Amino acid sequence: MIFWQRITLFHLQIDWITMEKIALKELLYKMADDQLILGHRNSEWTGFGPLLEEDIAFSSMAQDKIGHSLALYTLLHELGEQDPDTVAFTRNANQFHNSVFTELPNQEYDFSLIRHFLYDTAEAIRFEMLSTSSYEPLAQVARKFRGELRYHTLHAKTWITQLGTATDESKSRLQKSLDEAMPFALGLFEKSPHETELIGQGIFAGEEELKKRWLLKIEETLSKTELILPDWKILQPVEGGRTGNHSEHLQPLLDEMSEVFRLEPGAEW
Amino acid sequence: MMQVSTSIAEIYQWLEEVKDPEIPVLSLVDLGVITEVEIDGPKVKIELTPTFAGCPAMEVMKNEITDKLKSKGVAEVEVEISFRVPWSSEFISEKGKKALKQYGFAPPPSNKLFTDLEILGTAICPRCDGTNTMMKSPFGPTLCRSIYYCNDCKEAFEQFKPL
Repeated sequence: MIFWQRITLFHLQIDWITMEKIALKELLYKMADDQLILGHRNSEWTGFGPLLEEDIAFSSMAQDKIGHSLALYTLLHELGEQDPDTVAFTRNANQFHNSVFTELPNQEYDFSLIRHFLYDTAEAIRFEMLSTSSYEPLAQVARKFRGELRYHTLHAKTWITQLGTATDESKSRLQKSLDEAMPFALGLFEKSPHETELIGQGIFAGEEELKKRWLLKIEETLSKTELILPDWKILQPVEGGRTGNHSEHLQPLLDEMSEVFRLEPGAEW
Repeated sequence: MMQVSTSIAEIYQWLEEVKDPEIPVLSLVDLGVITEVEIDGPKVKIELTPTFAGCPAMEVMKNEITDKLKSKGVAEVEVEISFRVPWSSEFISEKGKKALKQYGFAPPPSNKLFTDLEILGTAICPRCDGTNTMMKSPFGPTLCRSIYYCNDCKEAFEQFKPL
């Protein structure tokens, strides 16, 4: 009798560990993919920025984000996934878990700036929340990213405040981009099927909590400008990215990003 | 098993000879990126932490540490890149800050002095020591440097970012 009880307990334990690992991997993948894809989009500004300083800023933020994706893919590798290069360069669009927001083309600078503001504010809060995660390896990288991201949010805030109070053209361009970006930005907080476990195990306090904190921060900066936050309660968030349902823009990005890698996979550089 | 016949202190001395590939006057020890040294039988283990997660110089640093220790007769070297102790600009030694200044960079101000980066508008010019300066961009030629301009010297300079 006791023997069978033990066996059952043992199986329960295994199930719990497996479930937790699946939930954790899903969380890591979506964050790593967001950083990689937006990092790549940011890098498309290299050589094309409207000012030299902005060219450097978007290039530096690209480098930071790709560095973050590497650190997160490394955590996944430690959990049994393939090595970071294979994971980054050999999957197809439907195997990526980034939000649709991050894969949208850069368009003009105003759209890139609005996306940078909306995304990086969420990203900074996300890693702030994760800095106390019960999964210590994740908490460690989150504490690392947190300091770096202060430079990203500073950059976004400075430009949004400045251009959001400047000329009619700058204000109307930003407002138009903000209206267009908002449903996609809300898609960042698409809930994971493992939300309850992540919260319950103290791994991550959850998308709902993140969204709440994000709205407060966004409103705080926008209140210093003449820009108006769209009524998010009536907007339909653009979701699906977390489960591999992407726009037509992702696959061409991946093809370009992995072009060199695919020439000779496994080449030593 | 053969024991490494050296001390932790001596290993740190050897590591003084390994410089930051992007700022060749600054040793890795002064930069504060060596977060642990351990002697384990015939092996020396080094824990290395990046200044910024996206720092492209990590592999170079790793190889240079290995080469240096091997040239000093250590048979086996293991360098682990870790986020266990996240790097902060507070880890740069006084000697390191002096070296940065001589090289033309403003050393990072103490990160305890500010809670919000918005007050980073000015830095101390490494040429004239004046503060009639302004931030041109929080991002610079490498991830760990920002660009400033000195209104008195009429020259741009870089500051090692506080983190």
